[in-house]
Amino acid sequence: MTALLEYRGVGKRFPGVVALDDVCFAVRGGEVRALIGENGAGKSTLLKILGGQYRPDSGTLAVAGEARSFASPRESQDAGIAIIHQELQLAPELSVAENLLLGALPRRHGLLDRIAMRERARAVLARLGEPIDPDTRLGDLSIGRRQMVEIGRALLRDARIIAFDEPTSSLSTRETERLMAIIGDLRAEGRAIIYVSHRMEEVFALADSATVLRDGRHVLDAEHVSADDEPRLLAAMAGREIADIYAYRPRTHGDVAMRVAGLAGPGVRAPVDLAVARGEVLGLFGLVGAGRSELFRLIFGAVRPHAGHVEVEGRALPPGEPRAAIAAGLALAPEDRKDQGIVPVASVRENVALAWRNLARATPLLRRATEAAEAARQIGTMRVKAASPDVAIATLSGGNQQKAIIARWLMAGARILLLDEPTRGIDVGARSEIYGHIYGFAEDGGSVLFASSDMAEVLGVADRIVVMCEGRIAGIVDRADATADRLLRLALPERGTRNPFLDDEAA
Amino acid sequence: MTLSDIFRRAGPAVALLILVAVLALAVPDFLGVRNLRGLLLSVTLVGTIAATMMLVLAMREVDLSVGSTVALSGVLAAVVMNASGSVVLGVVAGLLGGAAVGLLNGAIVAGLQVNSLIVTLATMEMVRGLAFLTSGGESVAIASEAFYAIGSGSFLGINWPIWAMIASMGVFGFVLNRTVFGRNVLAIGGNPEAARLVGVPIARIRIAVFTLQGLVAGLAGIILAARITSGQPNTSVGLELAVISACVLGGVSLSGGVGTILGVIVGVLIMGAAQNALNLLNVPTFYQYVVRGGILLLAVIADRMRQTGSLGGLAFWPRAARRTQGDETRHA
Repeated sequence: MTALLEYRGVGKRFPGVVALDDVCFAVRGGEVRALIGENGAGKSTLLKILGGQYRPDSGTLAVAGEARSFASPRESQDAGIAIIHQELQLAPELSVAENLLLGALPRRHGLLDRIAMRERARAVLARLGEPIDPDTRLGDLSIGRRQMVEIGRALLRDARIIAFDEPTSSLSTRETERLMAIIGDLRAEGRAIIYVSHRMEEVFALADSATVLRDGRHVLDAEHVSADDEPRLLAAMAGREIADIYAYRPRTHGDVAMRVAGLAGPGVRAPVDLAVARGEVLGLFGLVGAGRSELFRLIFGAVRPHAGHVEVEGRALPPGEPRAAIAAGLALAPEDRKDQGIVPVASVRENVALAWRNLARATPLLRRATEAAEAARQIGTMRVKAASPDVAIATLSGGNQQKAIIARWLMAGARILLLDEPTRGIDVGARSEIYGHIYGFAEDGGSVLFASSDMAEVLGVADRIVVMCEGRIAGIVDRADATADRLLRLALPERGTRNPFLDDEAA
Repeated sequence: MTLSDIFRRAGPAVALLILVAVLALAVPDFLGVRNLRGLLLSVTLVGTIAATMMLVLAMREVDLSVGSTVALSGVLAAVVMNASGSVVLGVVAGLLGGAAVGLLNGAIVAGLQVNSLIVTLATMEMVRGLAFLTSGGESVAIASEAFYAIGSGSFLGINWPIWAMIASMGVFGFVLNRTVFGRNVLAIGGNPEAARLVGVPIARIRIAVFTLQGLVAGLAGIILAARITSGQPNTSVGLELAVISACVLGGVSLSGGVGTILGVIVGVLIMGAAQNALNLLNVPTFYQYVVRGGILLLAVIADRMRQTGSLGGLAFWPRAARRTQGDETRHA
């Protein structure tokens, strides 16, 4: 029996990074294949090629044995492929029915046929077992229900190949159970399912087979997976040479450097109290939407808080003023590097010098020689790989852009770094270097707040871990007491209820 | 440096050289000293204002009110001068009027975060109306020989209006390249949110840039009034488009973050040379509109090409698909 979907030697490069290199694997009808790997292993790039967002540089995709290359998402959809994204691709202002049928709305005499639209929507919602009124505004549904609507879209198009990209990352326990059941049904109908996740428990509960990616290459294909395979899969994901990518270095902590007192604002519902010491690396863990980025933006003054304040070295910062925060030694490396971190058209040097030349003590005339020398020094310290400091920063790889942003704050003399997902989309080598710089910064007496949704990373890097859940702090755990299980329990919204993926560990 | 890099940096200058060579061959008298001096004089209005428009565009904003501001400041200067008999008071009134318009634009754009295209479209209308109201709807003749000297006098054989243009370009070229303020303008244009989060005082800079733009438009309006010896409320309609065209021709990006004063100088000269040649060849005015619009269109297409590194239109399909994708993500 030929596979419904096959990757044949697929490769893809971006400037400075090889995202995928000669990837081969196949998925048959009636099979759920897990696609696992660490951040930056190439999972999303594989899905984007499947979805027609990227074209491979080498190799091909085969759908039902026939080689295909998709120039657009539309062509991919027409080939019977559906991708259920992590960030849902729906229109929140439209109704559920409209979202379900968007792109294929039924017409009568050239006008929208609302009756037919509602009927079809109701039929598919019934099939999914979701009691949703098709006229509800999509934005009023929970994330889990919105995901069901997206699955409904795939069913309406009768997609034969359905890929799920980390579908449970923001679902409650009950919603996760529903999703598992529905994926089981889709498999029974003979569809080919790709399931991307880094939660091993889900993989063992659901998948028939697994493909492990590391650094853009498939390193392991397992045709049958069970919980016994866990050590094998984990070893393949991590790779021996990077087994200790975090290389944690213990430190002694000094006095309190920054105190957050009763801070609340958009996205942070309950007042947050925190203190971070000199020399400390404080991890901030939480699921998508837990409020990590929002807390950082409040601390930094990028957003004005509703209540509370931030004290640095015992002095309160004026609320909502990034310039004052910077003057006090704070620095923010935002999660959204492209939209909030870099000035893409400007050179690496300009980007690195930006904060320094805006410090209060800066002169109105540029001190070009001093600035160039100082920027070059920081670029060297951070080992930013660029052909020259004069090339546009947008041409650098993600890892080097991130290093340049940290170099920017070192140049400005920052004492407290707020790093928001600093290693997202960054290759393993650069991640390891960034961790090293974080330790070095802390060893020199600086403080680091490190937000991440990658639990292994938080466990590996932080001295102490703050867990956030739904806009509040759910708990603070010392490194010595921190386990994956404990962090996850704190991070999940419905505490006290059964979680099917934790039962094994809890038993 | 690759061939495309060279084209990107030197593109406008090469275009100017080719244009001058073609015009020298095709148009009789084009390279004469008299004609060249006339050409330079004819671009002073656009050129003086283009230096500050460069800052506005590089900041990812636009100012459509400059034509109206030129008219208002000329009229203000004329009215005040006639009423007070003082040239100095008249000039100060014109400059202050221009700066006030700029300050208003800047305060609304920066303070209320309204799109500058719409804000200055509105103030363009309002300021034009104020110019008519101040003048009583008619041109205001000025009877002061000392004032005429600003327009017709010269220093070292070069007319004062040309000196004003040179000064404007020199000052704002220096500001853009050598001051923290100028680099911050480019940073805001390149990514306003990133600039804010590294401590660039974006509101203050936006207000300052718009105020400078108004001040310089006011200066240009006074010089124009001196040349035509009157304050004309209906002058310089459409000037903003000529100024923006010159900047874009000179490589200032409409998406912000990119601009050089040398490029702007070349852009202004291209505009002037084309206009001059059309005049020398006695091309009827109506055709000139078409040619000027065509030049702007070419400049915008060139801007797009510089950004994408390809001919925008030829790669239409795949990019259109990507753009849709981006929109969907934003809605989600």
